[in-house]
Amino acid sequence: MREESGVLAVQRVSVSLSGRRILDEVDFALHGGAFCGLIGANGSGKTTLLRTILGFVTPTSGRVVIDGGRRLAQIGYVPQKIVLDPAIPMRTRDLVGLGLDGHRLGLPLAARARRRLVDAMLEAVGATSFAEQRVGELSGGEQQRALIAHALIRRPRLLLLDEPLANLDIRSIAATVSLLRRLALEYRMTVLLSTHDMNPLLPAMDCIVYLANGRAATGRTEDVVRGEVLSRLFGEHVDVIRVHGRILVIAAGAGNGASTDIERNPEHVVQVP
Amino acid sequence: MSSLLSALFEPGWNSSEPVLTAVVIGGGAAVVSGVVGVLTVMRGQSFAGHALADVSSAGGAAAFLLGLNPLLGFLLMGIIAAAGMESFSAHRIRERDLATGGVLGAGLGLSALLLYLDVTSKSTTGAAITVMFGSMFAMPPSVVPLALAVGTSAILAIALLYRPLLLSSLDPALARVRGVPVRLIGLCHLLVVAFAVALSAVTVGAILSTALLIGPAAVALRIAGRPGGAMLLAASIGVAATWGGILIAYDSYDWTGGHGWPVSFCIVTIIFLAYLAAGCPARDKVRAAARPGKGSVQAAGRG
Repeated sequence: MREESGVLAVQRVSVSLSGRRILDEVDFALHGGAFCGLIGANGSGKTTLLRTILGFVTPTSGRVVIDGGRRLAQIGYVPQKIVLDPAIPMRTRDLVGLGLDGHRLGLPLAARARRRLVDAMLEAVGATSFAEQRVGELSGGEQQRALIAHALIRRPRLLLLDEPLANLDIRSIAATVSLLRRLALEYRMTVLLSTHDMNPLLPAMDCIVYLANGRAATGRTEDVVRGEVLSRLFGEHVDVIRVHGRILVIAAGAGNGASTDIERNPEHVVQVP
Repeated sequence: MSSLLSALFEPGWNSSEPVLTAVVIGGGAAVVSGVVGVLTVMRGQSFAGHALADVSSAGGAAAFLLGLNPLLGFLLMGIIAAAGMESFSAHRIRERDLATGGVLGAGLGLSALLLYLDVTSKSTTGAAITVMFGSMFAMPPSVVPLALAVGTSAILAIALLYRPLLLSSLDPALARVRGVPVRLIGLCHLLVVAFAVALSAVTVGAILSTALLIGPAAVALRIAGRPGGAMLLAASIGVAATWGGILIAYDSYDWTGGHGWPVSFCIVTIIFLAYLAAGCPARDKVRAAARPGKGSVQAAGRG
């Protein structure tokens, strides 16, 4: 993570929400083209960090620097999911088109160039087959693709995804990871993707932001996911076990105080009594 | 054919000035309500639309009391209520509904007071019925210019804000990432709803203007394939119901021995029947039938 060519720099960011410290001096930078996993249990501050990068949450101290300023013009954002009544006549194609010009005033003109852009984007994420289907009728994996296309159509330099792998079946998880990896290379994008389970990302990610107790350990995956690093982060003894190509993070002293984050994370943390 | 027409359109139908005023303002109100209603339903703000309509009755009652243009009264009260609902409003839907309910209660209370004053001080017993349920054939032609201005600005506002409105109705966070000022857009939408319900309040009355706002939009959203199409369809359904209702009410003077049925009743009943007709079959069937060349041809052949 070379700081000098950083697309995104999170500089000693602390966030308190209604008196509770959510993020504590989180500090990292992402260079161009990084594919980075934002890992942490539920409640560890992943969503707050993403919202702070987006500018929706103002840090109590520290700051977020987006290369070239103009934050929103450079960021694509994929929320975990959107809830839309299937009775609302909004097609996948409309959702993607609104990613292009949803902020513009006036009625949309049925320009051929716009249609071509939308078609190409639908094709790129493999959404052509359900382009005319209503967004409210899509499956979890289909909606994920539609939202990625919505976020990518303006070619952002930085793509933020909030738990894109949650609520997906195993096949869709693998497909989504390889799709994102391919798009990141194709569009020369920096990707920051939050997930509570890092294992599906292991083949794809080249860096990691590991959140626990509001603090972050960041760096290359093999440097961060190590017993002594995570022990420091969690404030208790943690073992990292690699088995069958998966990583298990095991907290020895689960249940006493600081380990609440680990407890809520059964997917990749096994507790030893 | 001509005998059928003369049976359908009672003599004097097209030469009576009250009828003409009703046709023009009623049609315009239906167009605006249809277009605005589709977005209101899509944004899940039917309750807010209903509340604005009810609260605007206080303005109508005040206009009655002061001898002002009733549309002006409905409009001002609607704008105040919209601003109030937005300023109390919170992000969570439940809290938004509570803010809406609070404003609704206060507004209707004020309306009760003003209507009481109307009835007692002016001895105009019809005030309550006119404000709440409309009296379409008693609209002063002086309402027309203001109605045109209100209707035109509502349609222009929707055209201008079309895409930000759609995007923020999809998901507020997505809209914010695109740089859409979501709260401002929400306020603008409520104001446009206030314009729409004020227009229909002078025609079908404050309480029934919800029917014109939500009914055609709900039917259109079941059938149409796209938001823009739904708006055009909702406007058409609204106009058809309004003009059909005016015609039936006008004709009803004949078969009810001079009393006639209220126009509002006829309009709202037509809308409700349309809603039932669109709601009974499964939505997929309706959509298939709406596509040209498939079900519609057979349906037309059988009909």
